[in-house]
Amino acid sequence: MKQKKKNRFWFRALRNPSFVIGAILLLLVIFCAIFADVLCPQGYDAVNIMDKLKQPSFIDPTSPYPLGTDHVGRDLLARIIHGSRIALQVGLVAVAIETVIGVILGLLSGYYGGKLGNAIMFVTDLTWSIPPVVLALAIVTAIGSSLMNVVISIAVVSWAQFTRIVRSKTQALKNTPFIEAARAIGESDFSIIVRYILPNVTSQVLVIATLALPTAILSTSSLSFMGLGAQQPLPDWGNILSDGINYMRQSPFLTIAPGVALVITVLGFNLLGEGLREMLDPKMKV
Amino acid sequence: MSNLIDIQNVSIGYKTDEGEVSAVSDVSLSIAPREIYALVGESGCGKSTLASSIMRLLAAPGKLTGGKILFEGKDLTALSDNEMVAYRGKEIGMIFQNPLDSLNPVLRIGNQISEAIMLDRVPKEEALKLTDSILSNMQIADASKRAQNYPFELSGGMRQRAMIGMMISRNPKLIIADEPTTALDVTIQAQILELLKKLKEQHNVSVLLITHNFGVVAEIADRIGVMYAGTLVEEGDVFSLFESPKHPYTAMLLKALPTIRKHQGRLQVIPGNVERLINPPKGCRFANRCPYAMDKCVDVPAPWQYEGEHRWACHLEGGIARG
Repeated sequence: MKQKKKNRFWFRALRNPSFVIGAILLLLVIFCAIFADVLCPQGYDAVNIMDKLKQPSFIDPTSPYPLGTDHVGRDLLARIIHGSRIALQVGLVAVAIETVIGVILGLLSGYYGGKLGNAIMFVTDLTWSIPPVVLALAIVTAIGSSLMNVVISIAVVSWAQFTRIVRSKTQALKNTPFIEAARAIGESDFSIIVRYILPNVTSQVLVIATLALPTAILSTSSLSFMGLGAQQPLPDWGNILSDGINYMRQSPFLTIAPGVALVITVLGFNLLGEGLREMLDPKMKV
Repeated sequence: MSNLIDIQNVSIGYKTDEGEVSAVSDVSLSIAPREIYALVGESGCGKSTLASSIMRLLAAPGKLTGGKILFEGKDLTALSDNEMVAYRGKEIGMIFQNPLDSLNPVLRIGNQISEAIMLDRVPKEEALKLTDSILSNMQIADASKRAQNYPFELSGGMRQRAMIGMMISRNPKLIIADEPTTALDVTIQAQILELLKKLKEQHNVSVLLITHNFGVVAEIADRIGVMYAGTLVEEGDVFSLFESPKHPYTAMLLKALPTIRKHQGRLQVIPGNVERLINPPKGCRFANRCPYAMDKCVDVPAPWQYEGEHRWACHLEGGIARG
């Protein structure tokens, strides 16, 4: 029985083009992240100053570097591939923090409502009304620039979307007969929230999380691009981009490659999230 | 005979922009151990409101504005919210109107029931065993298999029985059944009623049955209370109430029922509409529709009249004559 249901899920998934394309793109990124050391054993910070600003091998056949090298002679391909680790880590950690904050606050304000709910919503709206990158910029400036600080500041500014949706869903669930029944059987508020409401909002949370991931990755790269995020020699894609921008005429691939990597990752997550949303939308279920 | 639950002069109001709706006004009734008490009345007369106030599950604008609810001598209205949690499910169970939505859609039936049992600190294995036996007691075939199902995989009747199973799993002394059969077809209705009867006989449970179906009442109730527009108008044991209703409303309600024994032609209807419950009249709330209404009915609250256990609130001396 359970096996059958699982099969149905995968069957629907495989017929959903955005889910499939998103999954393929992401698998590529995940593959790079896992096997980075195997694919590029020399590491991302091996400097070969003699080979600086080499062209990619498909332009200059004598070049041993598939994507060329940067201004200090580091293999661009190796940096891009190792950069996938940073991108994924940053995305996952930021979204994990966002989810925890956002979901807890959403559940509390939706379930209890009243003064507590209004206070939480006030803070949420306040956070929502500030442009995230600007707020993150302020936070990073205050606590110093490092990759971890960027992740934290991104999480701190973007949990509001989770709170909003979880809250409205909780409010709707709160008045359903099965929650009333749970109260009648003597379940405590805590167990109603954890055992009854939380499982019923997970599908929504999952979708918002997949859509929040690319945003987090992009914001990190933007901050790195501005020099506030990952510091040298970490191969953050934003970092590589901002280095490459000075050599755009001689070596356009220094900016194109990290850009493409970002696009693949972000597009992958967006398509996957979109596919999930379509599949988990009850109206689409047959 | 000491009563299991004593509802004393309970009034409940809903605050609205136009004023307070007096949904339940000065209702007193009591239920003895092992008794099935049926509360009947038309939609909106306050039956369910009264029931949820016992469990303190009244929806937001509703508020208990007076009276006491004594459960085994203890006043439930004086308890804190946390103390009330200990009564829900453990002492008083509640069966809901809509069985189809009363189970958590993401939990397996068995887990849901065993979880309720585990609230009483029963170890998990024992709870699972109990769950199986409860489900088979509820005449659910293949109980251990069904326990693994999610609610949407069961039929409506099965879900209703699973829900009743959950509600009785903690052995409450009183079960409030809020129109437990409205959403079900007749055969399953009969099964559910049979189940309630069995509970009463085997587990010494009292039942407060809320319904607007006189057929259901006649089937299993010991005593009946008739409500009209938030007030209790008549109360008595099943036989005397069906045999000789004393309050004009009860009498007219019974006349509005079709019977299969004789041809009645058009069914009787009660003329007029229910009085608005915002600022209701001081006197009898049925006065505006009552063919026997006198001048004092509108202004003076109807006095209770008694005939043994049978009582009714009416100005008409001795109640209406038979027929």
